[in-house]
Parts: sequence; C-alpha cells; structure tokens
Amino acid sequence: MDTPTTYFHWGFILISVSNLLVIGGMVVLFAIALVAPFPHPKGADDGDNK
Amino acid sequence: MATTSSLEGPTPPAQSKSWTLRLRQAIDRHLPMDHLLPDRQPYYVGSWVYVFGVVTIAALVWVVVSGIVLAFFGPQWWHDSRVGRFFNSLHFWSVQLFFIFMVLHLWGQYFMAGWRSGRAATWMIGVVIFAVSILTAFTGYLSQQNFDAQFIAINAKDAMNAAGIGVFFNVLNFGQMYGLHIMLLPIGVTILVVLHIVMVRTRGVVKPIDPEGGVRP
Repeated sequence: MDTPTTYFHWGFILISVSNLLVIGGMVVLFAIALVAPFPHPKGADDGDNK
Repeated sequence: MATTSSLEGPTPPAQSKSWTLRLRQAIDRHLPMDHLLPDRQPYYVGSWVYVFGVVTIAALVWVVVSGIVLAFFGPQWWHDSRVGRFFNSLHFWSVQLFFIFMVLHLWGQYFMAGWRSGRAATWMIGVVIFAVSILTAFTGYLSQQNFDAQFIAINAKDAMNAAGIGVFFNVLNFGQMYGLHIMLLPIGVTILVVLHIVMVRTRGVVKPIDPEGGVRP
C-alpha cells in the first residue's frame, strides 16, 4: 500500500490502472444490462405507466 | 361516531379551509398508493438497465446502516477492533457500490433522455443528489481519523481557500467535517432520494424513445 500506483498514460490521458479498471468494468456491466434477457413472470401483462 | 367522510361531504376539496384536509386530498390526487407501490410495470421496464436505480438505493441503505454503527462506536473502535474494521470496510465498499450504480443509473437515464415529458425536475434532483453525495464522500474521507485523512485535508485546504469557502468550510477541522458527514449531508441525501423516488412514482417511468407503435412524447 505504500508503493506508488501504476498509471496508464496515453497522450493527454493519464489515469491510474485501478480507476481505469473500475470504469472499464462499469462500461462492461452497462453493456451486459442492455443485452441480457430480463426474466418475465409467465402470463404477466402490461402495467400502466405509473 | 362521526366519520371523516361525513365531515367532508360531497363539496369540492379545494374549498376546504383545513390545510390538513387539503394536503391529504392533494396527496391522494397526485400520489395514490397504486402509484407509490405498484404491482405491475409497463413492458419496457423489463430490462436490467432499470435495476441500477434500485441497486443504488440498496447500497445507500447499507451505507446508512454501517454509518450508524460506526458513529455509535467511534474512531478508535473502527481502527482497532476487528469488528470495527469490518464495519469500516462495509461502509467504504457500500459507498463504492453506491457511486458505481448511481453513475450507471445516470448513464441509463441520459441515453433514454429520462427528463422528457415533465420529468426535468426529477432529473435535476438526481443531479443535486450526485453533487451532495460527492460532498458527503469527501467529508467522509476527511473523517477517517488516519494519515490518509490528514493528507487529503492538507492538500485540499489550499483549493478551498482559493475558492473562497475556506472560512466556513475548514477541511482541517475534524469536528466540522465529521458533523457534516454524519448529520447534515446524509439527511440531505436521504431527503433528496425520497423526493426523487416520489417524483418517479408520480410521473411513472419514462417511455423509450420511439417505442414500437408509439409516438415521440
């Protein structure tokens, strides 16, 4: 914990690898949420918009 | 025994001089229980994207519960005892999840333009919650009572002074930062989150952009 962290440096972008991994994981999770099938109870009908 | 309905009568509620009656009727009108606790949702809500908001609330509950335990036992306990360190970690990691899922919820609402059809206030309150949460987390880092907190405070003080707020927001003052972190700011976040949820339940979940067979609102 007392050693300097590793940084990702690309042009003007400078970010710690740990922060980069968190952001990357969030992007992946968001993409999965868009495409992963959501379980629907059998015979469910549409509720109103409230 | 007289009932409330006999007192109300069939007269229009707006003419009542009783503010409690007017308030109750306004709540009934704008937020009936079937909106507040619905048992059905529109078909388009069947997506994992809509789960991010409620996961954020779940994380907030863990933040508050672990924070109450930490506040009760104090800094020495959360540094020295094994159970204290566990609750310290629980508080820290639930905050991480709170922010991660709040940002995922923000992304989802941004791409579906969640402010449409009269929901601008809901969106703006969400923005304010985000800002107040950052301030709450910042005062939390300053309240750790360790070298990390001292390092952050000493480095932050110049920025606060340069911004002109150092005179009433002194990051080197542990008592002030701790008081803000465990009292005023959490109450603010909680009130805003409740307001945000009530507004979502009042208007309902925003429709997708150009749903099949639908019209753009």
